[in-house]
Amino acid sequence: MNFLAERLLSLILLLPLIGALVLLFFPAAKSRGIKITAFIISLIPLGLTLFLWGSYNTVSADGSFRFVENYAWFPAIGSSYHLGVDGVSLVMLLLTTLLTPLAILTSFNIKERVKAFMILFLILETGMLGVFMALDLVLFFLFWEIGLVPMYFLIALWGGEKRNYASLKFILFTMGGSLGLLLAIQMIGVISGTFDLVSITTTWPALQSGELFGIPAATVKAIAFWAFVIAFAVKVPVWPFHTWLPDAHTEAPTGGSMVLAGVLLKLGAYGFIRLVLPLFPAESARFAGWLAALATAAIIFGALAAAAQKDFKRLVAYSSINHMGFVVLGIAAAAWVGGQTDAALRESAVIALNGSVLQMFNHGLSAAGMFFLVGVLYDRAHTRKLEDFGGLFAILPLYGSILIFTSMASLGLPGLNGFVSEFMIVRGVWPIFTLYLALGMIGLLFTAVYVLKAIKLTLHGSLNEKWSGKLSEIKARELAVIIPLMILMLTIGWWPAWIVNLINQTVMSWF
Amino acid sequence: MQIPLLSLLTLTPIAAGIVLLLLPAGKRGLVRGIALGTSVFTLAISAIVFFAYDTTAAGYQFIERLNWLPTLGISYHMGVDGIGAAMELMAGIIVFSGVMVSWRVQDRPREFFAFLLFLAASVFGVFASLDLFQLFFFFELAVFPKYLMIVMWGSPKTREYGGMKLTLYLFLGSILAFIGVLAVYFASGLRSFDMLALEQAGFALEFQRAWFLVIFVGFGVLGGLFPFHSWAPDGHVAAPTAVSMLLAGVEMKVGVFAALRAGLMLLPEGMRFWAPLILVLATINVVYGAFIAMIQKDFKYVIGFSSVSHMGLVFIGFASLTREGLTGAGLQMFSHGIMTALFFAVVGMVYDRAHTRDIRELGGLFRHMPLAMLGFVIGGLVSMGMPGFSGFIAEMPIYMGAWRVAPVVAIVSAISIVVTAAYILMVVRRVFFGETPEGIKPGLVDISIMDKVVVIMLSVILIVVGLFPSVLVPWIEAGVRHILVLTGGA
Repeated sequence: MNFLAERLLSLILLLPLIGALVLLFFPAAKSRGIKITAFIISLIPLGLTLFLWGSYNTVSADGSFRFVENYAWFPAIGSSYHLGVDGVSLVMLLLTTLLTPLAILTSFNIKERVKAFMILFLILETGMLGVFMALDLVLFFLFWEIGLVPMYFLIALWGGEKRNYASLKFILFTMGGSLGLLLAIQMIGVISGTFDLVSITTTWPALQSGELFGIPAATVKAIAFWAFVIAFAVKVPVWPFHTWLPDAHTEAPTGGSMVLAGVLLKLGAYGFIRLVLPLFPAESARFAGWLAALATAAIIFGALAAAAQKDFKRLVAYSSINHMGFVVLGIAAAAWVGGQTDAALRESAVIALNGSVLQMFNHGLSAAGMFFLVGVLYDRAHTRKLEDFGGLFAILPLYGSILIFTSMASLGLPGLNGFVSEFMIVRGVWPIFTLYLALGMIGLLFTAVYVLKAIKLTLHGSLNEKWSGKLSEIKARELAVIIPLMILMLTIGWWPAWIVNLINQTVMSWF
Repeated sequence: MQIPLLSLLTLTPIAAGIVLLLLPAGKRGLVRGIALGTSVFTLAISAIVFFAYDTTAAGYQFIERLNWLPTLGISYHMGVDGIGAAMELMAGIIVFSGVMVSWRVQDRPREFFAFLLFLAASVFGVFASLDLFQLFFFFELAVFPKYLMIVMWGSPKTREYGGMKLTLYLFLGSILAFIGVLAVYFASGLRSFDMLALEQAGFALEFQRAWFLVIFVGFGVLGGLFPFHSWAPDGHVAAPTAVSMLLAGVEMKVGVFAALRAGLMLLPEGMRFWAPLILVLATINVVYGAFIAMIQKDFKYVIGFSSVSHMGLVFIGFASLTREGLTGAGLQMFSHGIMTALFFAVVGMVYDRAHTRDIRELGGLFRHMPLAMLGFVIGGLVSMGMPGFSGFIAEMPIYMGAWRVAPVVAIVSAISIVVTAAYILMVVRRVFFGETPEGIKPGLVDISIMDKVVVIMLSVILIVVGLFPSVLVPWIEAGVRHILVLTGGA
C-alpha cells in the first residue's frame, strides 16, 4: 500500500487511462456493461481526490506543492515526470473528477459506438487531470495538447449537424494558439537547461538584463509572455479569441459540452495562474491592463451575444465567455498588483484571485448543469430553438424548478455559489481596475437579461400546444446527475469556507 | 566464436531472395511462407542487435571484419553504433510489416517477394557498413529492386514516370556521392575505405569545405533534401504498398544515414561551414512540404509530401550540430520511418478496397474499416507532433537544437505543425468521416488479420516511444556522443 500511497497523484492521473485500456477489451455489443464500467472507473479518481483533499493539510509540503512525485522521463532534453498539487490545483482536480462521472452518466443515452465514446472520455479525463498536476513545462504541454484529441473525436463523431466544421475549428484554433506556447517553452528550456517548473520559477523571472539571441532580454520575454497569454486566452476563451467556442459547445454531445465548458475552459485560466503569473511577474504587471480590457470585452460581448441567441445551447455557450471573463479580470488584477507594494492593494489582489479560482469551480458546476439541462430538453424535444418552447413549466414542473435553480446559480443570485465568487472578484478588482469593473457591470446586467430570457421563453408564457403530452419529466438517472451539482451550488452559496480556505492558503503564499 | 549477427541480418534476405527466384512459379504458399519466415528472422535478429547493444559502452559494436580487396583497401567491415542499431530495428520492423501487407499480392508473388528481400538486404547492409566502399555498394544495391518493383507492380498510371524519375534522381545523387567518396579516399592518403580510419584522418579544412557538399547532397537526394526532393512523392505514389513503406520508411533514412556517416562524420568541418545553407534548405523542406501536402487531392500524395516535410526536420537536426539536434534527428529517423510505413500501409488498405485514392471520392470509411482509421489517426498524431506520441519526442529536441543555433529556423518550421494538423485532419474527415459514396461501397470489407497485426504493431511502437522515450533515446544518444567527439562540438 505504501507504494501506492506515495504515488496518489499518479494513481488518480492514470486510473482513467488504465480504465480506457480495460474497456478496449470489452466486446463492443455489451454497451450497458461498458457504460457502467466506465462510470465506476470514473468514480475511483473522485474518491481518491476526496481522500487527497482530506489529507492535504496533514502531509508535508515540498516547497509550495504536496504529494510531489518526480522521476526522470526524457533526460535528453531535461524534462521529468514531475507532479504535485497545491490548493488551486486540488480544487481543479475535484472539479474534473466530479464532472467526469456526471458527464459519463449523462452520456448513458449514447446509442452508437458506446465503447469508443467511453474510451475517449476516460482518456480525456487523464489529459485534463495531467494539466492540473504537471510541474514540468513539457509534461504540462503534453497533457494540454493530448486532451484535444479525444474532444475532437467526441465532437466529430457524436456531435450535432455542423460537427465537422465545429470539431476542425476547435482543434485548429487551440493547436494554433498553442504553437507560440510550444516555441516559448522550447526557448525557456534551451535557456534554462531544464523544463522543471519549480526551478524555472526561480531562475527565469530573475533573468532581466542582457541579451538573448542578440535581442534585449526584456523584448524576448515580452514576446514569450504574449505567446503564453495567447495560448491560454484561446482556451479560456478571452475575446477576441473566442469564436471557436460557440460552435464547439453547440455541436458537442451533451456530456462533451459539460466537460468542455466545465473543465476544458478552466485549463486556460489555470495556465494563467500556474505559468504566466509565476514565470512572467514583471511582464504580467506591465501588460495587466491589456488583459483586463480584453476580459471586460469578454464579459460585455459574451453577455450581449448570449442575450441575442435563439438557440438555447448557443446561449449557454456564450454565457461561458461572459463568466470566464470575470475569472480573467480577477487574474489580471492580481497580475497588476504583483508589481505593487501597497498592503491594501495586495489584500485586494488576494481576494480577487481567490474569487477567480472559486469562480472557475463555480462556473464548472453551473455551466455543466446548464448544458446538461439543455441536453435533457433536447433529448425530448429534438430542438433547441427557444421560440419553439414556452410554458413548459406547466407540464414539466420538476425540470422547470431545477432549470430555474441552476440558472439562478449561473446568474449570481445571493445564496447560491455564483454570487460568492463574483462578489469576491468585484470586491478584489474594485480598487485596481475600477473603470473596467464598472463597464463589466453592464455585462452583469445583461447576464440577468439572457438568463431570464431563456427561462421566460422555455418555461413561462402560454404552452406551445405541440408539446402537451409529448415531453416526459426528468428521469431518475438524470436527477442523479444534476442533484450533486445543485447540492454543491447551494453549499458553496451558504458556506464557501470549506473551499475558499484551501484556495486562500495557497494564494496567500504568493503575495 | 561470436555469432555474426549483422552478416546474418544482411545476407539472409539475399540468400532467401535467390532461393525464391529458383523456385518454380506458382508455388504461392511456399513463396509467401519463405518471405514471411525470412522477415520474421530478420526482425528477430535486428531486435537482438538492438537490445544487446550496450548503450553505456557505446561506440561500434558487433564488429565483423574480413579483408576483401586489400590492395585497394576495401574490406568487409560490419558494425553498428547506437543510431545504426536503432535503424536496423526500424528496418526489421518495416520489412516484416511490408511482407505482411503484401500477403495477398496476386501478380508474380515469387519475383515480388524476392525483390522485396533484396531491398531489405540493401538497407540492412547500409546501416551496418563501416567501410565506405561497402556502404556505397549496399546503397546502390537497392536501385534495381526499387526500379523494377515500381515499374512492374506500381500503380498503372504513373509507374513508368515515377520509377524513371526516382531512378534518375537517385543515380544523379549517387554519382555525386561516389565522386565524393573517391575524393575522400584519395585525400586521406590512407589507401583505405575503412570509415573508422577515415574518421581519424583529419582532412584539411579546405578539403572538407570543398567536398562536404558533394557527399552530403549526393546522399541527401535519397533523403529528400530540397530542391532534390521531387522524386519522393512521385516515387512513393507510383510504388506498390510494401515498396512505398520501405521507400519512405527506410530508404529515405538510408539516404540521410549515409549523408551522416560519409558527410557529417568524415568531414565535420564541412558540415560546420555549410550548416547555414543546409538549415535554409531543410526549413524549406519542412514548410514547403507541409503546404504542398495540404493541397493534394490524392490520398497517397498527401503522405508523400508529408515525408518531404518531416525529413527536413532530420536535416535541421544534423545541421544544428548540437547534442539535442542530433539526438532529435536520430529519433525522427526512427519515428518517421515507423509512422510513414503505417501511413502507406493504411493508404494501401484503403486503395485495395475502394480502388481510388482521390480524397474527394472517399468517405465514411470508419464504419467499414475502423482499425485502419485508428492507425491513420495515430500516424497523423505522430505526424503533427502531438505530445504523447513519438513525433513529439523527436521534434522537441530538434527544435531545441535549432533554438541554439538559429531561432528563426525553429520559429519558421513550427508553422508546419499547424499546417500538418490541418491537412491530416482534413484527410481524416474526408476519407473516414461523413457518408460513404455509393460507388466505392461494394469493395469495402474490413482489413485482414495480417493487416491488423501490422497496424496494431506499428501504432503501439509509436505510442510506446512517445510515452517512454527511454526505450529508444539511450541508443541514439550513444551514437550522438561519438558524433560530437568527431565534430568537437558541445
